[in-house]
Amino acid sequence: MITVRLLALILISVIGLSSANAVEPNEILKDPVLEQRARALSQDLRCLVCQNQSIDDSNADLARDLRVVVRDRLTAGDTDKQVMAFVVARYGEFVLLKPPVNARTSLLWSGPALVLLFGAIGLVLWFRRRGSATAEGLSADEEKRLAVLMDENTISGETEQ
Amino acid sequence: MPANLRLSYFLPVIIILTLAAIFWSYLGEIKDGKSIQDLPSALIDKPAPVFKLPSINSGDKGFDSAVLKGQVTLVNVWASWCAPCRIEHPRMMQLAREGVAIYGINYKDTPEAATGFLTELGNPYKAVGADRTGKVSIDWGVYGYPETFVVDPKGHIRYRHVGPIMAQDLTDKIRPLIKALNK
Repeated sequence: MITVRLLALILISVIGLSSANAVEPNEILKDPVLEQRARALSQDLRCLVCQNQSIDDSNADLARDLRVVVRDRLTAGDTDKQVMAFVVARYGEFVLLKPPVNARTSLLWSGPALVLLFGAIGLVLWFRRRGSATAEGLSADEEKRLAVLMDENTISGETEQ
Repeated sequence: MPANLRLSYFLPVIIILTLAAIFWSYLGEIKDGKSIQDLPSALIDKPAPVFKLPSINSGDKGFDSAVLKGQVTLVNVWASWCAPCRIEHPRMMQLAREGVAIYGINYKDTPEAATGFLTELGNPYKAVGADRTGKVSIDWGVYGYPETFVVDPKGHIRYRHVGPIMAQDLTDKIRPLIKALNK
């Protein structure tokens, strides 16, 4: 009984995971290679109605139409690049979920590297300043106190054995 | 060193002020009635798509993109099932009365429903093309309904309005633009 329930649970969760795409049976191309390419392209195209879903995920009407357009272009013999250019020409670069590298997106792409660079420079400066501050060593008083503490430590260590 | 230290004290203040300025400018845009979801059209200053659409009812003339040359035209994408289109419609009628050439793209509609809409509310269009598959609307980069494009006499798209055109959009954007393009 328990194993049946467990199996059902696993089955449901697996189905749940795999049904994340919204492609409907009548949209699927007969050629599995083309269909694979269509799926890959659709996952990189934004649904402009829901904006944070890809057209592969979205059930919106426009997303469905764009999936069909992508498949039509592929069937007509377009390369992946040509299909993307076709959609970008109509909807702008915003339609790409992965922003392209160009002058307008240069800050977006170089941002993390710049933050890392500034962080590294800051860290180096901080360590340098700190290094020079600790170079003075211990005073005579501190040496004495340290010796006492070390002594205590050895004694307690021995008694415990 | 002390001068350096003072600069680093002010750094957080500078960052916060910069961010505040950016957010403030966005807030200003929203107050001006611009939705942050309104996307800029990729077709601005580009030639309008070339297409030939049949009319809603067989027998009427359809919408051939060749008519978008020689005068300033408005291209309005609408549907009878689209509630904001109904809200917008009186402004289309008004523009038509003012002599603006408006062409309609009827998006994914049935002949009966589209005709019913125009008989009930009036027909501001010089011609309406029926885009039953939505393919021509995709060529225009349409993603919401209604959408309205202003096309200059050379047949280039100069402006796109997403959503219903309200009275203020007429006075602030549409009329001044048509006037400027007619010069």
